[in-house]
Parts: sequence; structure tokens; C-alpha cells
Amino acid sequence: MSTVDLEVAPSPSGPRGAAIAAPRGHKLRLGDPLFRVLATVCGITVAVAMFGLAGVLVYNSWPAITTLGTKMLTTVAWSPTQGEYGALAALAGTALSTIVAMVIAVPLALVIALLLVELVHPAVSRVVGTAIEMLAAIPSIVYGMVGLFVIVPYIQDHLVPWVLSTPLGNVPGIKPGLQFQGGGLSIFTAGVVLAFMVLPFITAVSRDVLKMVPQVTKEAGYGMGSTTWEVMHKISMRYANSGIVGAVFIGLGRALGETMAVAYLIGSVYTDLPRSIFDPGTSIASLIANQFSEATRTLDLSALIALGLILFLITVLFQILAQAWLRRVQRATGGRA
Amino acid sequence: MSAVPESTSPPAHLRRRSIGRRKATDLTVKIFSWIGAWFGIIAMGFLVYEVVIRGAVAWNWAFFTQSTPQDVTSTQGGFANAIVGTIVITGVAALMAIPTGFLGGVYLAEFGRNGRVATAVRMIANVVMGVPSIIVGVFAFAVLVKPLQHYSGFAGSVALAFIMLPVMARTTEDILNLVPNELRESGLAMGAARWKVTLGVICKAARGGLITGATLAIVRVAGETAPLLFTALSSPYWMTGLFGPSGFFGGPVANLTKTIYDFSASPYPHFQTLAWGGALLIIVAVLGMNILVRLLFQRGKEW
Repeated sequence: MSTVDLEVAPSPSGPRGAAIAAPRGHKLRLGDPLFRVLATVCGITVAVAMFGLAGVLVYNSWPAITTLGTKMLTTVAWSPTQGEYGALAALAGTALSTIVAMVIAVPLALVIALLLVELVHPAVSRVVGTAIEMLAAIPSIVYGMVGLFVIVPYIQDHLVPWVLSTPLGNVPGIKPGLQFQGGGLSIFTAGVVLAFMVLPFITAVSRDVLKMVPQVTKEAGYGMGSTTWEVMHKISMRYANSGIVGAVFIGLGRALGETMAVAYLIGSVYTDLPRSIFDPGTSIASLIANQFSEATRTLDLSALIALGLILFLITVLFQILAQAWLRRVQRATGGRA
Repeated sequence: MSAVPESTSPPAHLRRRSIGRRKATDLTVKIFSWIGAWFGIIAMGFLVYEVVIRGAVAWNWAFFTQSTPQDVTSTQGGFANAIVGTIVITGVAALMAIPTGFLGGVYLAEFGRNGRVATAVRMIANVVMGVPSIIVGVFAFAVLVKPLQHYSGFAGSVALAFIMLPVMARTTEDILNLVPNELRESGLAMGAARWKVTLGVICKAARGGLITGATLAIVRVAGETAPLLFTALSSPYWMTGLFGPSGFFGGPVANLTKTIYDFSASPYPHFQTLAWGGALLIIVAVLGMNILVRLLFQRGKEW
């Protein structure tokens, strides 16, 4: 309907152009509105796709939602053969592995970003920066494979026995739980690999944010006799604080939904809450990936899609928070932070 | 941050610490930064090294010419059908998502700008980019696999296109926004139609960046596994034709990432070797394309 409106609309303003270039005018007037409508439709498609996705997820998980209700969110174990469709084990695994990943990735990303912006020669910074961006381009399945064949044996044979032999080994959360299988395939391993997967994103955004700190402000700091660290800590970081928080949110969103690497590494225990980071567990995304092909009954499938809906809602929530935060920051700093 | 007192003595928290201690802190932080950065670089080098060492063994003539082995005791076979499948699935996804995403980006940058609709579209596109790819796979399964009762390469393409669409739209918008407004104004002042200015002047000026953006979007989804798990699935056969059980629309289509996943999880050494070969191929393709577009169109980034 709007197509018709727009095609007709230009004609009232026609006479002016027509008086000068009557023979060519008609063609031009049709091309413009058509192009505009086409572009608008494509733009709106992007938005419609999202609502389509949400609608399809809700529609397909409806049987599970009506049959199971809130039981999904209150029971632990996922064991369709015994009629248990609990999401808590998967939610706990998702949260724990993400926390491990962020604890490792955020400080590391920050020191690397500071180094790139403040300490090294711009040429070195560009090369290292590009290398780190390349790290982001490597597909997750490769991280998963390297994790499984290289990092898992190392953690199982060296790191976990060593940690457990120290006093740390008795701290709750590190002390092995009932499901402990040696610590190789565990939430910790998944978190470590996740950390390396989100590191490039957080580093790249933090670096860009730190670069926005006005040179004059930093020079004023140095002029006062501050050391490099004091300028970073008290001026750059404070200036870029909110941007860095945005970067962390983005990394967090990625870690929450990462599938393949986690599916390889987290150990696939669906029935128990992890008691320790060295326990195996599962995450929502990896549970979906591993269980989907085994879902034979309608309810199994629907419950898995409902899990997908939960993950979708969590990531959308985080994205909206991150967006809102970044917008607020942009308004506050008046620029592209 | 607020008004600085006009006294000559520095604030108390600065006076208390000795210069030695401050310098020591500074040095410690610098050392940690260096260690952190080297850690990151070594991790990446290590990752690539492991894949190269383990994958190079698998690379031979058969790897690129034979289809995936079906017999677990076989020491034959390659990844050729999976390579072709990935190219076709990704190619069809690109055909769907690149033009749509490009025009969507044109809408955001040229027509919608800061209007209410465009702001909403932009925000939603950003949110969609953060949706885990497995969810998109579930979506494509629910729309194209479940109702039709069979897996298909096309369902995989749709999932990948879904992921590509917002990326392409937002990249296009960002790049078009970098083109100076004077170019738009001079084009329009010459009496050219809006669409001619947009496509012939603005997009031409930004073509390096646009090609880079499109290539990186394609490369990014080419390495995706999760969206293909329940859509394209995998198959030990060559894709033949469009319809029928081994066609693009009619049945599972072999693809690199899913095959790598299956083979690496199998207990057979030969299958694992092939999986490493596939991983190496993906790394070479992804990093190679990244470096190539950066070298060719670096100018496009500076716009």
C-alpha cells in the first residue's frame, strides 16, 4: 500500500523539474521512490527477522511451557527418559563457565589494551592489534578441538593435581564434587577456552575506547609528574570506564551463548549441579547441541526449544543492557565512546 | 573532577606515597601488561601451531578430491564433498543476506538515519548480532526442517543468512556513514537522482570498505558449526542436484564444520586426522581471507 503512495507522491513537485528536463524526468521520479521503498523494506526485514525468530521459538516451545510450566526452572536434572526436564544444571554450568571466562579474560584484555594504547610503538601496536583481531576470526570449532586434544590433557594431568595438592584444594567451589572426573573435561576448562574466545572482543573494544581519551588530558597528567600507571589508572581508565563496561557486556553475551567449544569441553553431565569449577557440567547451548538429535518425542524437542528460548531471552537481555549502557555513555561523553 | 582547590600543597593521597613506591607500582603494571600481551600472542601462535602440525599430515591429494569415508576402518577418503558443501551452503546464504543486508544498511545510513524506525531497526540488529548461533539453528530447524520432515542444505543456508543479515546491514551503515556528506550534496546538486548518488557516488567511494565488510561477514559464517547441527546435518555423500534425498533442498548436505565435529569426536585415528586437516583448512581460509581483504582494501578502512 505504501508503495502506491510513494510512487504517486513525487508528481505534485513534478512541474518544476519537468519544465527543464521533461523527457528524462519521468524515469528519475520512478527510480527514487522505488529504491527508497526497497531499501526500507530490507531494513525492516532485519527487525522483522528478530520477531520472527522469537515467535517461532515461543510457538515451538509452547507444548513444553504448558505441560511443564515452571518445573523447568525449578528442577535440576535434564533426563528426558525419566521425564525430567530441568534447566537448573545447565543454567548453573552456563553461569559458572561464563564467570570463569570473564575472570580470566577481563584483566588480561585490559592490560593488553593498555599496553597497545600507552606503552608500545604505534607500529607494534597495529601488528599486535591485528594479531588479536585474527584470534577473533578463528571459528569456535577450532578452539574446541585444540581445547579437547591439547588443553584438556594438560589441565587433567598437571594443573588440577597441582591445585588440589595445595590448600586451595579444600576451598568450596574448587574442592571436587561427586561428579569429578579428573578435571580435564570440566567447567574450568570450558571457561579457560571461552576466555580466549572472548579476549579479542574485549581487547579490541577496550583499545578503541582507550584511544578516545584525549591526548591533552593524558599529557596534563604526565605534566603533573604522574607515572604511566597513574595516568592509565586515574585518567584513561576513569575516562573510558563506561566504554569498557560495555565491552565486557559484549564479551559476556558471547560467552553465554557459545556452543561448540563448550560442547567439546564441559563434560556433558546433565543431571547434577556442579559443586566445583573442576566438576563436569553442561551449559544451555551445549545441552541443546548434544541432545537435539536424541530428542524423539514431541515433548523432548519442545523442551529443548524452550531451553533455547531461555538462552535467547538471557542474551537479548544482556544485549539490551549493553546497548542501553553504551547509548547512555555516548550521550554523556557527547561522542563515539 | 570538580573544582581544583587553589592551595599549593598536593592532595593528601598523592603526598603520602614515595616516588620509589610509585615507580615500583608502575614497573609492576608494565611487566604484567607485557606478560599479558605475550601470553595472548603466544596463545594464538600456539593454537595455529597445533592445528598446522596436526592438520598438515592430513593434507594430500585424496583430502581434496575424495569424499568423506563411511567405513571406520578405512584409511582412504578426504573432505572434498564437505568442502563443496560448505562453499555451496555459504554461497547461497551470501546470495540471500548480502543484497538484503546491504540495502538494509543503505536504508539505515541514507533514509532512516535518526528516525524512530531506523533507531529501532539499528538497536534490533545489534541485539540479533548477539543472539547465539545455535538459537538461529534451532529457528531454522523449526521453520524448515520440522515441517518438511527432512534436513536440507537450504535450511543451513537460511540459518547462516540469518546470522549474516544484521552484520551486513550494520557494517554497510557504518561504512556509508564514513563517506563525507559533501559527496552526497555535490551529487544531488548535480541533479542526479538519490538512488544514483547512493549507488554511483557514495557506494563507489566506499566500495573498499563494503567489499571488506561483505567478505568478512561471509568468512565469519563459513566457520559456523552450531547453526548447521540440525539443519544441513552432514552426509558422507556428494551433493547431487537440487531436490531428492541428496540434493541441496532435499536432504542433508556434507559440510566442513559439522564433519569436523563428528570426526574429531570419533575414536578412530584416521577420522581424527581428517578432522585436523579440515580445521587447518578452515583456519587457512579464514585467516587468509582476513589478511587478503585487509591488504587489498586497507584504504577502505580509513574512510
